[in-house]
Amino acid sequence: MTSTSSAGRVPAGLLDTEAIRKDFPVLDRLVHDGKKLVYLDNAATSQKPRQVLDTLNEYYERHNANVHRGVHVLAEEATALYEGARDKVAAFINAPSRDEVIFTKNASESLNLVANMLGWADEPYRVDSDTEIVITEMEHHSNIVPWQLLSQRTGAKLKWFGLTDDGRLDLSDIEQIITEKTKIVSFVLVSNILGTVNPVEAIVRRAQDVGALVLIDASQAAPHMVLDVQALGADFVAFTGHKMLGPTGIGVLWGRQELLEDLPPFLGGGEMIETVSMHSSTYAPAPHKFEAGTPPIAQAVGLGAAVDYLSAIGMDRIAAHEHALTEYAVGRLLEVPSLRIIGPTTAEDRGAAISFTLGDIHPHDVGQVLDEQGIAVRVGHHCARPVCLRYGIPATTRASFYLYSTPAEVDALVEGLEQVRNFFG
Amino acid sequence: MYQEVILDHYKHPHGRGLRDGQAEVHHVNPTCGDEITLRVRMDGSVIGDVSYEGQGCSISQASASVLNDLLVGKDLAEAQKIQETFLELMQSKGRIEPDDAMEEVLEDAVAFAGVSKYPARVKCALLSWMAWKDATAQALSEPSGSADASGGKTA
Ligand SMILES: Cc1ncc(COP(=O)(O)O)c(C=O)c1O
Repeated sequence: MTSTSSAGRVPAGLLDTEAIRKDFPVLDRLVHDGKKLVYLDNAATSQKPRQVLDTLNEYYERHNANVHRGVHVLAEEATALYEGARDKVAAFINAPSRDEVIFTKNASESLNLVANMLGWADEPYRVDSDTEIVITEMEHHSNIVPWQLLSQRTGAKLKWFGLTDDGRLDLSDIEQIITEKTKIVSFVLVSNILGTVNPVEAIVRRAQDVGALVLIDASQAAPHMVLDVQALGADFVAFTGHKMLGPTGIGVLWGRQELLEDLPPFLGGGEMIETVSMHSSTYAPAPHKFEAGTPPIAQAVGLGAAVDYLSAIGMDRIAAHEHALTEYAVGRLLEVPSLRIIGPTTAEDRGAAISFTLGDIHPHDVGQVLDEQGIAVRVGHHCARPVCLRYGIPATTRASFYLYSTPAEVDALVEGLEQVRNFFG
Repeated sequence: MYQEVILDHYKHPHGRGLRDGQAEVHHVNPTCGDEITLRVRMDGSVIGDVSYEGQGCSISQASASVLNDLLVGKDLAEAQKIQETFLELMQSKGRIEPDDAMEEVLEDAVAFAGVSKYPARVKCALLSWMAWKDATAQALSEPSGSADASGGKTA
């Protein structure tokens, strides 16, 4: 893939994508009778490098066993690999302790885990009918529905921050939204539909002032930028492995140690106990307290390999690459007649997911005609339907980039959109 | 997949707009947000009118237009046969190549044969047909006479 572009404004700060792309076998695929695949659906899931695929294979071919419960060689190796992955993830997010890293099956489970813990918790964490839950209008359904469920079950009031016309959080009424009654504030760090990077500090400060816990959905942040849970200042951080070069079936919940000690378990089963009698049980310390049953072992090990891969390149360099590419993409997309970006129209405080509408042409039709040219985008409401309602649109087309994306792929998208317009115009 | 016939129906839909009917339904395609509001007016056993409003992709909107062309004026039994044939074609995963007999029944709707290869789009094509089936069942269970559908007349 060449890095020259028809617009001739190739941005600085890009990674050596030619080398990186060699690690991703699927990026060589031809689709629809020989068209080069242009994969711009990274916010839905990322592709996987050879290093991750090899790690998965090697785990199953050489080390496969159940963890924490055997005395044989394979069981010890599998346990060491699984727990080693926890160390890698802990280092990747700068967690003060490895015991604060809980493996789940995805971000949705991580978010549900916190919502359930707070419903069952004792004071001072307990969410009940006298208390309030705060989210935002730009959340993924995975960070809306668990709170609606908790609200319905406990009678707690669900409140949220609205959005400004340019796709940012409207924090003007923060003092009315986050109050002394607020028990938990849960919000997305980078929006999967708008691309917005949210101002963590202002929200965390207000939450801390009123003694509320903070949960950050970092599903679209962990893959793309330096994620330092200590710098964020939150109490919980959730993300998902498959969007950051890892396999599906593995997610992470980071939580502050003293909270994890105090909060009750959610799922019961093997692995999470200390002793069990027919009358009662005592629980293992965190993180195992929150990992009932056989965990996704190979998937955790695969995530460890993904984290190694990302760290070797450097999250700061990946962020710089995506920033440059986003700036380029926003500029080029705004040149397309009748294209409207839903979300920030500059690259400032913005991630590499860009949603847009194209005149009256339905996103399904946009996506289909792009697909015929080998260009993979996502269409629909992106599990964030309230955002579509907010901006009065049924759906959007979303192009999302990653460390292997190139300016030439942005150009291919822009040319593809020209064809869409010709077709339906 | 985008046959000329489909684009024509999309750009110039037939019978669009809500008119009188005995039953009204609102169907959505939750994965993508296609929507249709559809009314059925039965004149005895004959389909007097199928009127609709909707928003969505070209496939869902063109399919509603084709439905209007095909079903209005037909006897219910015949319309049901057309609906079943269309359903069969759409569920064929691209394996049915419409023959003359099928084309006789489906007319313009055979243009959707290519859509059946795309599982994500089959629901778009079927949206109005499922809505029609639902509305017809409701219209037939209405006590006779033309109770105006909830929304009343819309110009
Ligand atoms: C912001 C955000 N939160 C949560 C999720 C849910 O991730 P998963 O489906 O892996 O649980 C996603 C991904 O779709 C997301 O983009």
